[in-house]
Amino acid sequence: MMRSRGATLQGGFHVQRWTRVSVGSGAATIALVAFLAIVPFLFGADVTQQLTTLLIFVILAVMWNALAGYGGLISVGQQAFIGLGAYGTIFLTQHGFTPYLAMIVAGLVAGAIALPTSLIMLRLRGGQFAIGMWVVAEVFGILVSLDSSLGGGTGISLNGLDQYAPGYRQAYTFWLTLVCATVLLGLVFLLLRRRIGASLQAVRDDEDAAASLGVNVVRSKRVLFVVAATGCGIAGALYLANTLFIQTTSVFGVQWTAYMLFMVLVGGLGTFEGPILGAVIFYLIQAQFGDSGAWYFVGLGATAIAFALFLPNGIWGAIDRRLRLRLLPVGYTLRTLDAPAVRPGHAAGRPPHAMEDQS
Amino acid sequence: MTWVNVLLQGVLLGGFYALLACGLSLMFGVMRIINLAHGDIAVVGAYLVWFLVNQTSMSPLLAALIVLPVMWIAGYAIYILLLERSRREGVLVPLLTTFGLAIVIENVLLQVFSPDVHSLGSNTGGLTTASVTFAGGLTISALGTVTFVTAVIVLAGLQLYLSRTNSGREMRATAQDPDAAQLVGINARAVYARATAIAVAVAALGGIFLAIRSTFDPSTGPTQLIFAFEAVVIGGFGSPWGTLLGGVVLGVAQVLGEQINPQYAILFGHLVFLAVLSSPRGGILARRSGEA
Repeated sequence: MMRSRGATLQGGFHVQRWTRVSVGSGAATIALVAFLAIVPFLFGADVTQQLTTLLIFVILAVMWNALAGYGGLISVGQQAFIGLGAYGTIFLTQHGFTPYLAMIVAGLVAGAIALPTSLIMLRLRGGQFAIGMWVVAEVFGILVSLDSSLGGGTGISLNGLDQYAPGYRQAYTFWLTLVCATVLLGLVFLLLRRRIGASLQAVRDDEDAAASLGVNVVRSKRVLFVVAATGCGIAGALYLANTLFIQTTSVFGVQWTAYMLFMVLVGGLGTFEGPILGAVIFYLIQAQFGDSGAWYFVGLGATAIAFALFLPNGIWGAIDRRLRLRLLPVGYTLRTLDAPAVRPGHAAGRPPHAMEDQS
Repeated sequence: MTWVNVLLQGVLLGGFYALLACGLSLMFGVMRIINLAHGDIAVVGAYLVWFLVNQTSMSPLLAALIVLPVMWIAGYAIYILLLERSRREGVLVPLLTTFGLAIVIENVLLQVFSPDVHSLGSNTGGLTTASVTFAGGLTISALGTVTFVTAVIVLAGLQLYLSRTNSGREMRATAQDPDAAQLVGINARAVYARATAIAVAVAALGGIFLAIRSTFDPSTGPTQLIFAFEAVVIGGFGSPWGTLLGGVVLGVAQVLGEQINPQYAILFGHLVFLAVLSSPRGGILARRSGEA
């Protein structure tokens, strides 16, 4: 593993992962998390609730980007796991779990259910995987709506949280969301920096070539699929805790994919920082235009198309290309010893041996 | 005897799904693109016919004859404005842009036509209610028969077009190897645009039948896309008759599920689809069909 000092290669190249900027921004990230932790003491319950929503968006965007931007798996059905997380929480609280424990367990259960799901779905590629996942989400939604103890199709409330006073409940939910977001993002961050991160990007760029180089394609995809499902499951459980009421049609609805697609495309597909930025932008847009009805969604869809066509690595990708700014490094930075940093490849970053071949 | 009847209704329903599906299958076969807005395009066809019929009280048949060429041209526009560039950007971009298109279409329909539910069923005379009952209790509805026959005609027409005409041969050549096709003087761009136009027009035709046989609203599209996709996958990608078979299997599964419990209709279709996917054969088909 490269640390801040990096390694010097033949021909006067120097490879490093942590540049001075990224060390600084890494420290700033830790400071930001620490600041967020005291938000419930500083602001009212409504600010805390809004920030909970924002953090849930961040989790969803990062998970969808991990699948699409790093694994090349565009899923139109991640709401399958959002719904499982939410309804799993309801089910577990009905069977004696305390609500907050139930949320975590339900998220993990969603991840566990993703494992057998992946056996069928990862046989598919591209568009077939995309719609195949949509069918999976529909199936889970129908199965849940057939169970009358889960409220059937009419929706159900989360009981058990009323033992806490509203202000405390909002604070607890926020803290749990913050912990989950930090752990999940940290997990994805570490995962992408390991060998499997490079394997996945190779698979995304050319599956057959990656397989011929000895990458275990299915295993790499499966790890990512299960992690993304767990993240979406926990996000679904947290969404339930934040709204206290869910319906199958909305929680298993494809609008979640529209949100995730928008956040990731605008922020930056295949960059680590981009989806976080995209979630903030989406949150602000929703706060501003969320009441404008259908035109709001027309705008979301049209913006997503424009970004996919004209700025495929999103806002963060454009920043990264111009300023060579990488705040949370998943890839590596290549410098010649007497010149400023050269960024190998596009925004996703590449392992150092790829550059050795070229030098 | 009821089970034979169920089977028959399922087969007729399958004709409708095949009609919905063949455009999706054509675009995938020629361009390796799965159009996630396919179902919404079908619903646009339904809305346009409904609008014409309601505004001018013309017959639905005449309205369809006006709408289908319009959708054909819209297909060219979709290719030139959206798919051409998406295709060049890589295999994943068409998925992102067609999903974006789906969101745009659904919400424009919602804004323009409100979320009200509509149907063309009352505008088609006796077509929706007429049926023939045979001695054994077998019932064949006129609409189901017309839909099925239309599907067979469209599929056969597509098959003949692909195998017998120069334009169709160009399309098959481009599907197999676009670079080699261009070397022998085929304009791949024109071929792709033509395939999109055919797919969009046929999808609209499917949408018109949807509007006659049941109700539609702005959010109907995604479900139609899923059914169409299931029919294509069950039948195995690529062949028109496979699509018909896939549609029939899906239709029978849904009618069978409905017979057991009305809530099971769609679920049974999904389960058959997943079963086909998880069978070894389904896996082979999925791998062979390559990247979308």
